[in-house]
Amino acid sequence: MMGADATDRGLRLEGVRIERAGGATLLALDLAVAPGEVVAVMGPSGAGKSTLLAAVMGTLAPPFALRGRVTLDGRDVTAAPPERRGIGILFQDDLLFPHLSVGENLAFGLSRRVRGRAARRAAVEAALAEAGLAGMAGRDPATLSGGERLRAALMRTLLAEPRALLLDEPFSSLDQDRRDRMRRLVFARATARGLPVLMVTHDPADAAAAGGPVVRLGAG
Amino acid sequence: MIRTLPAALVALPGLALAEPDPADWDAVLEAARGQTVYWSAWGGSTATNDFIAWVGERVAEDHGVTVEHVKLADTADAVSRVLAEKSAGQDTGGAVDLIWINGENFAAMKEADLLFGPFAEDLPNWRYVDVEGKPVRTDFTVPTEGYESPWAAAQVVFMYDSADMEPLPSMAALLDWAKANPGRFTYPQPPDFLGATFLKQALYGLVDDPEVLLQPADEADYAAVTAPLWDFVEELTPHLWRQGRAYPQSGPRQLQLMADDEIDLAISFSPGEASAAIADFRLPDTVRTFVSEGGTIGNASFVAIPYNASAKAGAMVVANVLLSPEAQAHALDPEVLGYGTVLDMGKLPPAARARFEEVPLGVATLPPEALGPTLPEPHPSWMERIEADWIARFGTGD
Amino acid sequence: MRARALPAPAGRGARLRLLPAVPLLTVAVLTVPVGAGLLGTALPAIGVMPALGHAAPGLGPFRDLFAWPGLADALRLSAVTGLAATALALAVTVAILASWSETRAFGAIRRALAPLLSVPHAAAAFGLAFLIAPSGWAMRALSPWATGMERPPDWLVVQDPWGLALIAGLVAKEVPFLLLMSIAALGQTDARRAATVARSLGHGREAGWLRAVFPRLYAQIRLPVYVVLAYSMTVVDVAAILGPTTPPPLSVQIVRWMNDPDLALRLRAAAGAVVQLALVAAALGLWRAGEAGVAALGRAWVRSGRRGPRGRGPAALSLALAGLAAGVVLAGLGVLALWSVAAFWAFPDAAPEALTLRSWARHGPELARLLATTGAIAGLAALAALVLAVGCLEAETRYGLSIRRGGLWILYAPLLVPQVAFLPGLQGAFLTAGTTPGLVAVTAAHLVFVFPYVFLSLGDPWRAWDARLATVARSLGAGTGGVLWRVRLPMLLGPALTAFAVGFAVSVGQYLPTLLVGGGRVATVTTEAVALAAGGDRRAIGVHALAQTGAALLPFALALALPRLVWRNRRGMQDA
Repeated sequence: MMGADATDRGLRLEGVRIERAGGATLLALDLAVAPGEVVAVMGPSGAGKSTLLAAVMGTLAPPFALRGRVTLDGRDVTAAPPERRGIGILFQDDLLFPHLSVGENLAFGLSRRVRGRAARRAAVEAALAEAGLAGMAGRDPATLSGGERLRAALMRTLLAEPRALLLDEPFSSLDQDRRDRMRRLVFARATARGLPVLMVTHDPADAAAAGGPVVRLGAG
Repeated sequence: MIRTLPAALVALPGLALAEPDPADWDAVLEAARGQTVYWSAWGGSTATNDFIAWVGERVAEDHGVTVEHVKLADTADAVSRVLAEKSAGQDTGGAVDLIWINGENFAAMKEADLLFGPFAEDLPNWRYVDVEGKPVRTDFTVPTEGYESPWAAAQVVFMYDSADMEPLPSMAALLDWAKANPGRFTYPQPPDFLGATFLKQALYGLVDDPEVLLQPADEADYAAVTAPLWDFVEELTPHLWRQGRAYPQSGPRQLQLMADDEIDLAISFSPGEASAAIADFRLPDTVRTFVSEGGTIGNASFVAIPYNASAKAGAMVVANVLLSPEAQAHALDPEVLGYGTVLDMGKLPPAARARFEEVPLGVATLPPEALGPTLPEPHPSWMERIEADWIARFGTGD
Repeated sequence: MRARALPAPAGRGARLRLLPAVPLLTVAVLTVPVGAGLLGTALPAIGVMPALGHAAPGLGPFRDLFAWPGLADALRLSAVTGLAATALALAVTVAILASWSETRAFGAIRRALAPLLSVPHAAAAFGLAFLIAPSGWAMRALSPWATGMERPPDWLVVQDPWGLALIAGLVAKEVPFLLLMSIAALGQTDARRAATVARSLGHGREAGWLRAVFPRLYAQIRLPVYVVLAYSMTVVDVAAILGPTTPPPLSVQIVRWMNDPDLALRLRAAAGAVVQLALVAAALGLWRAGEAGVAALGRAWVRSGRRGPRGRGPAALSLALAGLAAGVVLAGLGVLALWSVAAFWAFPDAAPEALTLRSWARHGPELARLLATTGAIAGLAALAALVLAVGCLEAETRYGLSIRRGGLWILYAPLLVPQVAFLPGLQGAFLTAGTTPGLVAVTAAHLVFVFPYVFLSLGDPWRAWDARLATVARSLGAGTGGVLWRVRLPMLLGPALTAFAVGFAVSVGQYLPTLLVGGGRVATVTTEAVALAAGGDRRAIGVHALAQTGAALLPFALALALPRLVWRNRRGMQDA
């Protein structure tokens, strides 16, 4: 960030091209997501939406290869392993670790800077309370409702203090009513923290609720 | 002499400078102390396993030699092992120190130079061995030449259930009885040793001149000599257990059939086996034994030492203990093994002889005078050809 | 070297260098012994065996083999029993799964698997033989009051020339194996929802399951099915007990030739082993073609839209079949237990005339020693296999270094190549390498057979594990090591322990490798049991078969109980 000019802040994809082995290009994209902004990526199945997120996360696997640069707050993270990128991700499923309690799930991503057992527990409790899950730290994730689990997953992601957030069809498992509430919660938390958000979705309502730019991939 | 050699040379592994010499028995005893003898012996009989364990205790106590019984499903496993070692050039430090062996396996190992010796006739207890009366110097007409040491004498007897039948004096009588009682007799499937022995015993009972069987089969008119045997087997087979479409695979399996009352008549190579099996609940107590008129085949069980054995001295000590009156009398006990002795009672000191007289024969064992004459094993070539012919005629389907 | 190969949480740099080498190391562990062994078999098959004075190559051994009059029957028996046993075992497995998966009764079936799997093949075969033989328990129980028989009838039930008893014995033992593999795979396919969808579309339970779940399941258990086929065609101990003998299946005949005092027959045995290998390859090809045929028929059936029966008739039948398979093995074990304490037991008595602990007292002290050796070898081999398997799978995950790329056949070689075809050659290789026969050499040899089962058992759940969990964990700051140790392995605790138990049981059951590589000096409950089996002493066999079963059962019990205990408060982990 040092010396970075203000336009460098946020998540930038510069000349990104995802190629299959053999050289065929799946997608090519230039994109800048400013802090607090939600960019929606839309497109039909197979257009490479999830592949794009994997490229940004750094988990792109063969036969795909990435060309171009991914920068976050001016830092080139193209070659960094996923855990050093400072990018959080939420999937359609909550993907809470089933072998850990709700609290342990949140503590998994809690920054090491929070030291001491009491301080870490307090941070987890506070995050749970923020998502309306107060007192559920000791619970088995499997005993939570779908909405509760997604909220726990969101707080787990935020506790890791990411500098960008990726969303992979994050609300499609919810019913209409909960979907709205969850959207508001996610976008509010991300905006409050000034996170650039890259959302992949096929639901136009998601894109509309985000209120940001929409990028269309593939034929669509 | 050895002491004058540089110590480093003596210590070189693989230099077989100090092969133990059985003529210098004290040196053998000294070399044996502390050795572990891996004795490969068929492990299919609890009685023999227990006997081998007993021998192990004796040699450990008296000579400081440890015996490990390597239990085999088949003696040939040990032969294969030695052969594999020779193939790999492992001419010392072999895994097998002592093998319970006889007949074909011995002939094969001797011919392939896989044996250590001669040592047997230098063993101290050899002086008690009945070299005249027992088949201890030839093994299936192959001269042993001191490459294997005998430890038990065996003779063919037939076990029968006295609740169901009477003794049968001849092969003709056996055939008549089988026709009248279909499905009540079988024999282990050749090439099982005992099954092959039944064929040889039948051949002895059917051939005009038994002398021809002691020569190689190629030197006789094999087809003419064995023609009566094949007629006999052809006629017998449909009246066998399962019409001869299945056979027990070993002697003990045949015994089990008798215990299950599936058959009434079975062949055995040990006059004391029936008594031992009754004592062990493995046969009903109505089983008795008989021998054919004109005598039955006898042979001996031996132990041999592979040429690359790791503990040759220890192995010789075990072989010698097996020939001791104490071990021989122990093996004779039907509660233990019921195996015949290879010793000559006349050569034994009175105290040793008394041990034998104290051994009860067992309810199903014939006294020595009732066992009749012992017939020598035919030349191995007869067994090979008869086995091969039997397999071609009866062992490969209808 | 071995200690460093274990992934240590620290030493990130070292791990990065070593992990990619694990698949290579594993390939070596599998291919070097099989390759050396096959070479050691191929040479005598073309007439080269210097120790016997045969040095010039030629086709003599094959000519000798083809001149053996029983060859056609032996080949037919191997092929027919192998294919029939595999097809039947698969059919019963599928029937049980189609009717009963996702029901409460299935829990009971699942719990019965571990004891069934841990019954050694030879013990099960003995039990079956004594159950169905004319003088067996079934007849004893019915005689003389129902059958009027005072003596056993002269029926050719066991060792029948068609191999029916052998097929029955193999099916009874392979159904639990296929069920275990299927359950492991089902946990990873979306079976529950797919079956529900199919039923909602108006299909009967079985028909819906067959259409919606089976194709996906079969894709996952295809390789275990091949293993069952290869095993059924080449098994020696079971075939020697239940199979016909005039002539026997080819594998049994090969072992007989190898054991023949006439050392020259080893050349014919080697030629037979090569033919057996070709026969297995041909049968696998035939099976593969059959798969395509069944798939085509199945697609036509799905397109036809017929819904299939909706009653519980098929369910009752499949449960009866499952019960029969399980009952045969368990009753056989019960009979062996009874024999182990039997005094004299004559036909047609349904029970021994007296019970005695003599057999146990006789074998007890020796058993303790044997069990210690058996456990040490099996524990080490299974642990080493598990470490290698995790290493391979992790390398596959991280670097795409799939063992598949090096040829899936390599992994299967030890299971598909008949043991008689390469173990004697392997023994020679160990000797040439100057290895002293002992626990280490035997454990290494067991590893060759244990690893594929462990890898198979763990591989599917491993690959089916939701990789998005790893993405999430890494986005939360966990490194690759953290993902492995903190997320993946804990979540795969059940499959990992099951894999260990499978490996342990496989090791416990090894006979030929123990005997040949151990030079006969390493005795386990299995070498002891098979040696005793040669003698047919049912009391001694009973004692050892029970001990052998116990040795294999304990890890299975732990594999079932431990995850339940550790994850007792995690409902999401109960299905894993």
